[in-house]
Amino acid sequence: MEKLLDIQHLKVDFTMKDGDLTAIKDVSLHINIGETVCIVGESGSGKSVTSKAIMRLIDYENGKISAGSIVLDGMDLAQLSQKKLRSICGKKVAMIFQEPMAAFDPVFTIGSQIIETILENKQFTKLQAKERALYLLNRVGISDPALRLNQYPNELSGGMLQRAMIAMALACGPDLLIADEPTTALDVTIQAQILKLLQEIKEEFGMSILLITHDMGVAAQMADRIIVMYAGRIVEYATVSQMFELPHHPYTRGLLQSITTIDSDRSKKLYSINGSIPGLADLPPGCQFHPRCPFATERCSMELPPLREVNDRYTACWYAEDLVESFDWKQPSGETKNDRHSIKEIVLSDSKRGSEPLFTIQQLSKFYPIGKKSPFSRNSSYLRAVENVTFTIEKGETFGLVGESGSGKSTLGRVLLQLEKPTSGKVFFQGQDLSKLDAKELREKRRNMQMIYQDPYGSVNPRWKVGDIIGEPLQVHDSLSAKDKHDRVQDLLEVVGLNKSSFNLYPHEFSGGQRQRIAIARAIALNPQFILADEAVSALDVSVQAQIVNLLQDLQRERDLTYLFIAHGLNIVRHVSDRIGVMYLGQMVEMAPSETLFLHPAHHYTKGLIDSIPIADPARTRERISLKGEIPSPANPPAGCRFHTRCPAATARCREEQPIFREIHTGHWVACHDPL
Amino acid sequence: MTLVNKVLLKISTAFVSIIGSSILVFSIIYLLPGDPVLSMIDPSVATPEMVANLRKELGLNQPFYIQFSEYFMNVLQGDFGQSVVNSEPVLPKIVEHFPATLALTITSAVLSVVIGVTFGVLSAIYRNKWIDIIARIIGLFGISMPTFWSGILLILIFSVYLNWLPSIGSDGWKTLVLPSLSLGLVGAGFIIRMVRNSMLDVINEQFIVTLRAKGLSERVVMYRHALRNALIPAITIIGLNIGELLAGTVVIETVFSRQGIGRIVADAIMAKDLPVIQGVVFFSAIVYVVINLLVDLSYSFIDPRVRRAH
Ligand SMILES: Nc1ncnc2c1ncn2[C@@H]1O[C@H](COP(=O)(O)OP(=O)(O)O)[C@@H](O)[C@H]1O
Ligand code: SF4
Ligand code: SF4
Ligand SMILES: [Mg+2]
Repeated sequence: MEKLLDIQHLKVDFTMKDGDLTAIKDVSLHINIGETVCIVGESGSGKSVTSKAIMRLIDYENGKISAGSIVLDGMDLAQLSQKKLRSICGKKVAMIFQEPMAAFDPVFTIGSQIIETILENKQFTKLQAKERALYLLNRVGISDPALRLNQYPNELSGGMLQRAMIAMALACGPDLLIADEPTTALDVTIQAQILKLLQEIKEEFGMSILLITHDMGVAAQMADRIIVMYAGRIVEYATVSQMFELPHHPYTRGLLQSITTIDSDRSKKLYSINGSIPGLADLPPGCQFHPRCPFATERCSMELPPLREVNDRYTACWYAEDLVESFDWKQPSGETKNDRHSIKEIVLSDSKRGSEPLFTIQQLSKFYPIGKKSPFSRNSSYLRAVENVTFTIEKGETFGLVGESGSGKSTLGRVLLQLEKPTSGKVFFQGQDLSKLDAKELREKRRNMQMIYQDPYGSVNPRWKVGDIIGEPLQVHDSLSAKDKHDRVQDLLEVVGLNKSSFNLYPHEFSGGQRQRIAIARAIALNPQFILADEAVSALDVSVQAQIVNLLQDLQRERDLTYLFIAHGLNIVRHVSDRIGVMYLGQMVEMAPSETLFLHPAHHYTKGLIDSIPIADPARTRERISLKGEIPSPANPPAGCRFHTRCPAATARCREEQPIFREIHTGHWVACHDPL
Repeated sequence: MTLVNKVLLKISTAFVSIIGSSILVFSIIYLLPGDPVLSMIDPSVATPEMVANLRKELGLNQPFYIQFSEYFMNVLQGDFGQSVVNSEPVLPKIVEHFPATLALTITSAVLSVVIGVTFGVLSAIYRNKWIDIIARIIGLFGISMPTFWSGILLILIFSVYLNWLPSIGSDGWKTLVLPSLSLGLVGAGFIIRMVRNSMLDVINEQFIVTLRAKGLSERVVMYRHALRNALIPAITIIGLNIGELLAGTVVIETVFSRQGIGRIVADAIMAKDLPVIQGVVFFSAIVYVVINLLVDLSYSFIDPRVRRAH
């Protein structure tokens, strides 16, 4: 096969205030014509720097290529002047990014930004460029392209923008498309659509793709070959089937085992890689993975293993040959299997049957007024964020909520905790109607209900010390002496797996996973009965995600906690939840025990969601019939069954009559005229 | 909200601000210590009767709200009252002197925007290069130097030593140069800082990376895309700045002996000529509010997110 791009021994440094920092080192890889290569690894491992180095975008961020070559078409991009590079950027190589909203200039129309790119290719007239823009928008599946051409980025949804971004990348017919986490910010349904689109246009335009992702499922589905990076170096390099069949590097193995899948055993603890990825400034000596590697020896902590060929692939581990032969290697997450847990689990789910509800939610609705921002506009209408939702959360269980963004999950959570007043309906907590409580009684109740959010850094004061952050709820609710408080906080730090000496550090001195531990410590400080976890693990890398989920489950067992667990990662919700509710456009459309929901989904929306999950197994890539279209606006929901605009089984009845939420089997509720 | 609705809303808010500021001015003067009537007649010859008559004549024995509403109704009919010093009607006096002030305000506004935006942009693009350092020095001077000081300095350099430009007067463009420069520098200082900061913010945005990845030239990336984004927050500052300029004319017109309304009000304050002060302040409030209204509306035309929001 012919090489399109050949990178050899690439090293990138960033000039910082106190000297140079090496971000990636000795990175060698190539991409053949028509091939898709994926780079995977935790955040901070150097994936984006590698991809940005190709078009030398790092030049603008105080970065420089200090060694190595990047050869495309016989030209070494590492040596070209910025001026010469302009004939490559956007023409031979194009790039798309993670946050489509941030990637467009907000004050120019989509059309003008695409046309501007096309016009870079001097052969086109303005009129031809506009025609090509229309053609491209149409090709990437944007309906009504003539209208979209004149719209501004804020007028399009994230999925639409990512399509437009792809259209813009195709403007000059590139040979290589670099896609840096193109679907990470999108819902799983939209992700499936975008991935499919990428595959189609790759064939059609005869491109190669360099895809960067932290999702092994996405890599399994898309890649011909996979490159695993860790701490700025390539640690393994193999074809997709080799990689999933038998990873050769302990880090790759760890990544693969951290994945939860639809059929992984819920009663087992999630496998997680210990610790977290080191910062560039304090890389460990020897094998950079050795502090986290269960197989590390003394040699590993002193000598850096080179990337070398082992069994037809490349890996950077001293013991790869021996390790893959060992019994332990193939045993999936054997060492963390926790028998005590699974027994407890069974006992718990048995005893739960008769247990009393902690939360009872009756016909709860939350509408936000819209369009009445001026006294001169008369008609006011409502955004129906949550409408007529009825369910219970039992004591000691984890109730999961899933659904695309905009389906009302977070709003439901906020209304449940009375952080916002419901428009109608009731919320009972321990049998007490929360809306009847006055401010003081509510404050008393609140100590029993805590929450953890996605971005723990955003919800704490960055100027406070960790000890004060965790101790704050104690201050507000309990009048403890300073010493007692200090002791309590230190206990809490230990409970969540942090060092006692963390007390006097500031949040920015911690990694994402550790900050989430701080948030958890704060949440459990008052011994609550209930915790709302809204996307609490969504921003974390899989290995760290697993650590946090395990911690949450341990705490649940020890402290008899009840969780409402909101997340858009379906596999993780399946793993932690006893029962799951599926929301669509403000309504609950299905509710069932976790296994039932995933094995026998009854609502067509649930089925569509599940089918959109990328499978982390290249052998099982199915011809997916993922959900079409996007979630409509909650300001103007479709009549009848709200899902009918996207449902493959919709009938005339569905368009007119709203299905009732009814129990089809014990504990399995669904709102559909014609369930699966 | 439609654009028409938005414009209506803005205009009515502007109207409310005018009424509000006139109430404020009126009450400040009303509450000011000292009897205005006593300052009008020579206390050595004043009898209590004369005082009482004059007070009645001026309507000063009425309660506050009646005084105010009468004044306000008169103003609506274009009657701003008369000077107590020489009985000249206030409005014609303002109208006569306003063009000189307007010319000064406009030229210094233009100067401050041109200097401010140019140096602000260049200093962000050539961060830490010599042009950035010059721009930051201009910014520092503009912000920290009082206008009367820079005015005198300019007179010394350009009129006294170089003899290039006249130091006083208000006729002909030559008399405008120095006052608008010294007034414009203040605004320029603020605008340089504002534009520089907002340019630096924009340059760090993700979409700038996209534009570079598309292979656009740095010139297009900076002057077509980054600048337009950076100007949006800068416009607010420019609007506020024009209000500052208006206030600054009081000092500058005195320093350069220009016959503008700033000068009138300065004289009126010396003479405790309340109707004139009131009239000028009220008039300026209207001008200020109108300018801000225009700035606000121009905002909606420059930023599509504001224009198209719902
Ligand atoms: N304070 C608010 N004002 C107006 N609309 C809101 C507000 N909060 C949420 N929404 C809207 O309610 C809908 C549901 O939002 P959310 O609860 O955040 O859903 P999810 O968590 O599933 O993403 C969205 O369309 C969102 O824009
Ligand atoms: S070289 Fe040693 S520490 Fe590194 S991955 Fe291999 S066994 Fe683990
Ligand atoms: S009610 Fe009709 S449209 Fe709605 S999910 Fe069921 S079959 Fe589909
Ligand atoms: Mg949400």
